[in-house]
Amino acid sequence: MPLLEVNHLHVKLRTHRGPAYAVRDVSFSLERGETLGLVGESGCGKSITAMSLMGLLPENAEVTGSIRFNGEELTTKSDAAMCDIRGNRIGMIFQEPMTALNPVHSIGRQVAEPLRLHRGLSADDARKEAIALLDRVGIPDAARRIDAFPHQFSGGQRQRITIAMALACGPDLLIADEPTTALDVTVQRQILDLISELVAERGMALILISHDLGVIAQNVARMLVMYGGSVVESGPTDAVFEHRMHPYTWGLFAARPGLKSRKGQRLATIAGTVPELVDLPAGCPFAGRCKFTVPECHATPPPPVEFEPGHQARCIRLDAVAAAKREGVAA
Amino acid sequence: MSADRPPEGARTAARSAEVSVSAAPLLQVENLVREYAMPREKLFAPPPKVHALNGVSFTIEAGRSMGIVGESGSGKSTLARLVMALDKPTAGSVKLLGRDLHTLPAEELRQARRDIQMVFQDPYGSLDPRQSIERIVTEPLAAQGDTSREERHQRAVDTLASVGLRANDLGKYPHEFSGGQRQRIAIARALITRPRLIVADEPVSALDVSVQAQVLNLMQDLQAEFGITYMLISHDLAVVHHLCDDVAVLWQGRIVEQGPPERLFTAAEHPYTQALLEAVPQAEPARRTRAARAEQIPLATSGQSRG
Repeated sequence: MPLLEVNHLHVKLRTHRGPAYAVRDVSFSLERGETLGLVGESGCGKSITAMSLMGLLPENAEVTGSIRFNGEELTTKSDAAMCDIRGNRIGMIFQEPMTALNPVHSIGRQVAEPLRLHRGLSADDARKEAIALLDRVGIPDAARRIDAFPHQFSGGQRQRITIAMALACGPDLLIADEPTTALDVTVQRQILDLISELVAERGMALILISHDLGVIAQNVARMLVMYGGSVVESGPTDAVFEHRMHPYTWGLFAARPGLKSRKGQRLATIAGTVPELVDLPAGCPFAGRCKFTVPECHATPPPPVEFEPGHQARCIRLDAVAAAKREGVAA
Repeated sequence: MSADRPPEGARTAARSAEVSVSAAPLLQVENLVREYAMPREKLFAPPPKVHALNGVSFTIEAGRSMGIVGESGSGKSTLARLVMALDKPTAGSVKLLGRDLHTLPAEELRQARRDIQMVFQDPYGSLDPRQSIERIVTEPLAAQGDTSREERHQRAVDTLASVGLRANDLGKYPHEFSGGQRQRIAIARALITRPRLIVADEPVSALDVSVQAQVLNLMQDLQAEFGITYMLISHDLAVVHHLCDDVAVLWQGRIVEQGPPERLFTAAEHPYTQALLEAVPQAEPARRTRAARAEQIPLATSGQSRG
């Protein structure tokens, strides 16, 4: 039995402009110790997917489909029951460490909080455990700094503290939502290394959410490319990077400036802008921005097409895309 | 591009006073130092100081682009503020076409500002939500105070066209535009005075990848068309590599390495530059390696945490 099994997940947000289909028919599964990346641009539904796993969706959200975690259905659980899982069996690391930490509590108290709440440790034991955790995530002189406050740490150190909080109860699944976007590249590397190390050391499963293809390439074994609320391509990271089957994946790769591109070279762009979730087209979300669009693309959401085992793309024009790629046409 | 823009010859003639000194490089920064006083720690001791910039010198020739890379706390933004004459240096000079911006009388500085414009990082924060696009884009001209309302309107129409927006966008408000379009508006606002130098502080880091490419292409086109010089501040080495002829690596208030990106990014000499390059995530699985680490380099940010 996989650790996490998401089947036909739909999330509808009621907004004043009408319903927004933030997640449309997302399915994936995750084994213990496996790493999965979610990549996409802002508004593609990657954070909403993560929030639905945590049961932290806004009030105006409606979830259909199923999320099974350790064999238990999460979508029908009460708030109280979710509180037992959240922070205990599923840990989460957020993008902005300064807002994820409470500025008026010492870091020791914040790291100890899940230990006292979920594992019922005494204040003394929780403090000892918190020092060990802070030490493990690389806070220098943890025993002395445990009573310091978040503002006394640098951005990278703060993110280490939120990692210690997420790890406190030894979760089965760690969700990291853009954990390094607010950090410098050199610090980003250290934090990503730390997360990888901990995932391997504790046998946790990892869902890493990022808009940065480089971060995904280096840290996860499998990936989902999301666009307009649906998964447009999914598969092993190496295979997705090699084949870039879906025209959106292809365009996303081509649009990135690289350290190897020559100066003065123009970047390939994707025409138009990311659609708003409220006015998503009925058919393929990428239809219209995609230069392979045919009238059928607008009709119904395309079904997943398997390219090789475990590597799928939702596109009805894959043959045309592959042909264009062979001829070396730009996306 | 609009045909009614004055020909290049007219523009240079209008600036003949400057042409005589323009044998000097467009921008020359010499030994720039900026200290900030920290809160006093002891009653009778002088307050401690932070050296945000510690003797920075470089020159940018007209029509070329200089990239400034470095992490937060390395002094990038202080440098931008000093080049824009928004802040006074503790020592050193910033010369634009041979004139030292920080010793110019107020009125001359105001006139000199038409040659330097800035594009900010966050296109959501840098446009006033209560002003129409026309007012936002023409504000630099209005501040110069030597144009009529009709002239300003016409310049706004032309400038908006050059960044790929339409004249009927002038009556709209910022919330009606996407992030990429807002950054185009911010670029139009910088272009409207026909500046020589645009200081762009992380112009694309708030944008999505597909939109980022559109803005980078636009910046390149504008440089080819108007000969604009960019000083590009970024933490993204790939963006700097794409746009710049020359790169300076700033670390703890000093330039530790400088050169063309082809050389700097293949044969970096300073350990900080090497660490920076090594840390860039590579989107090529073949190069995926978790081996070489560079954590030994003391980082500018870690030194500042107290406690």
